[in-house]
Amino acid sequence: MVELRGIHKSFGPLEVLRGIDLRVRAGEVVVVLGPSGSGKSTLLRCVNHLEKVNRGSVRIDGELIGYRRTGNRLRELKEREILRQRTHIGFVFQNFNLFPHLTALENVAEAPVAAQGRPRREVRELAAELLDRVGLADRADAYPRRLSGGQQQRVAIARALALRPKVLLFDEPTSALDPELVGEVLEVMKDLARAGTTMVVVTHEIGFAREVADTVVFMDGGVIVEQGPPDEVLDRPKHERTRSFLAKVL
Amino acid sequence: MTAPAPAIDRPGPPEAQPGEKPLKVVPARHPWRWAATAVTLVLIAMAGNALVTNPAWDWHFVGQYLFYETVLRSVGVTLRLTVLGIVLGFLLGTVIALMRLSASPLLTTVAWGYVWLFRSVPLILQLLFWFNLALLYDQISFGIPFGPSFFAVGTMDLIGPMTAATLGLALHQAAYAAEIVRSGFLSVDQGQLEAAAALGIPRGRQVRRILLPQAMRSIVPNAGNEIIGMVKGTSVVYIMAIPELFYQVQVIYARNGRVIALLLVAAIWYLLLTTVLSIVQYHVERHYARGAVRTLPPTPLQRVRRFAGTVAAARRQRRAGREQFAADLAGER
Repeated sequence: MVELRGIHKSFGPLEVLRGIDLRVRAGEVVVVLGPSGSGKSTLLRCVNHLEKVNRGSVRIDGELIGYRRTGNRLRELKEREILRQRTHIGFVFQNFNLFPHLTALENVAEAPVAAQGRPRREVRELAAELLDRVGLADRADAYPRRLSGGQQQRVAIARALALRPKVLLFDEPTSALDPELVGEVLEVMKDLARAGTTMVVVTHEIGFAREVADTVVFMDGGVIVEQGPPDEVLDRPKHERTRSFLAKVL
Repeated sequence: MTAPAPAIDRPGPPEAQPGEKPLKVVPARHPWRWAATAVTLVLIAMAGNALVTNPAWDWHFVGQYLFYETVLRSVGVTLRLTVLGIVLGFLLGTVIALMRLSASPLLTTVAWGYVWLFRSVPLILQLLFWFNLALLYDQISFGIPFGPSFFAVGTMDLIGPMTAATLGLALHQAAYAAEIVRSGFLSVDQGQLEAAAALGIPRGRQVRRILLPQAMRSIVPNAGNEIIGMVKGTSVVYIMAIPELFYQVQVIYARNGRVIALLLVAAIWYLLLTTVLSIVQYHVERHYARGAVRTLPPTPLQRVRRFAGTVAAARRQRRAGREQFAADLAGER
């Protein structure tokens, strides 16, 4: 489903990712943990080509993301092609990044109309359904600034779902929220996981990882230190770095 | 403990309540505010008096010339110069702003150079350059760059005074417009374009639907300044003998000697034009404030209506209270 091979990424002299290999099966929920600066967010942004990798490849359902292979070279695709590929990859940002001048419903309905050319009326119905699914049917006409952080993030999740993506990427979706609002967002994400959505979640919510993840990945210093089922990685970590990280956050 | 005073729905002084006397609230007094208000009123009255009673202002000539045909026509010329200058200026300015924000160092430098040049040379000087372009190049030819030319026209035929003025105003305006548009684009959070890109929204639509509406919040007030500046700035082209408002009133007072009256005519027209523009700007700003503020403040018109509404409601309530009171009295008897 999602296949990362040998991903390297540097910002100038700073090497953020140093050879990442990761496979995500269809319907699998992968939770990526790790200290800040370990490259988790960068890895996620490489998956939908918001960041260009220096080496390595990302494939979704076998399709190379962001590049076309000719011989031994990867040539970057035209922007239009990359935008088309991104419609298969839902992305949920830490800061929601809702469009403040559009209502909740318009936020959700924008991309299917603009990027996929689906008929407006059908998309509005779909948007209303999705808002209902994240428990915000009654706030469809509210502008983002009139919504709480938790509500905004739920709209952002509905917005990502509207494209019917193959995989959903979450970049610390609850880190910008007040503690009492974290639960409602995690609840929506749990529902999605139960419904069989393929998800890669970068988070600090260990409880969520334990409850929902099929695989927990622990990253540090730009590499994957260990990965496995949650009870293994969280309760019986093999590596000292994982142990000391978990000791700090638990 | 005394029993709580029974709630009464009858309006009246609080002392009328049984039991303990409620405390009366006395608002703070502001004697200096009253004094300042009085002084200001006197000053306004003095200014008004000076304007009205001095015959040298020639008010009845003002009335006579305000809608004089040549004056009206010159207002039309001023408007035309303003609209062309602003529209062309902002179109070119947007292109320059996009060049300045592009990744190409050459485009960035050229855009910077344009702004530097056209902002640095006084407008009046630029206008005279365009007016005298024929001295520099007597022919303008169209064809392949550095190659053969398909046809050529005399500069004098192509660029008359009106074209020279429009060109001068627009090119000068573009330099300022570029900076305004650029600052508008920069004011939009980077995350917005990132979100749009992550959703696969096509580039053109990202700009039109996501970037521009948000950038307009900061572009509109600055653009409003520029447009109003342009209305008045067109008066500079009088040096090219173009019959716009300022030139026209000069022509008229040179003939009849009513200098003050005609300057007043021009001032009143400029005031009128800028007033209309200010009102338009107010409503355009409100339009782009959607979602940016939690609730839009009411427009002045809505405010007046609401005030009238509350006054009427208060009056109705008072009357109802009085009637109720009278009815109660009658009932007790």
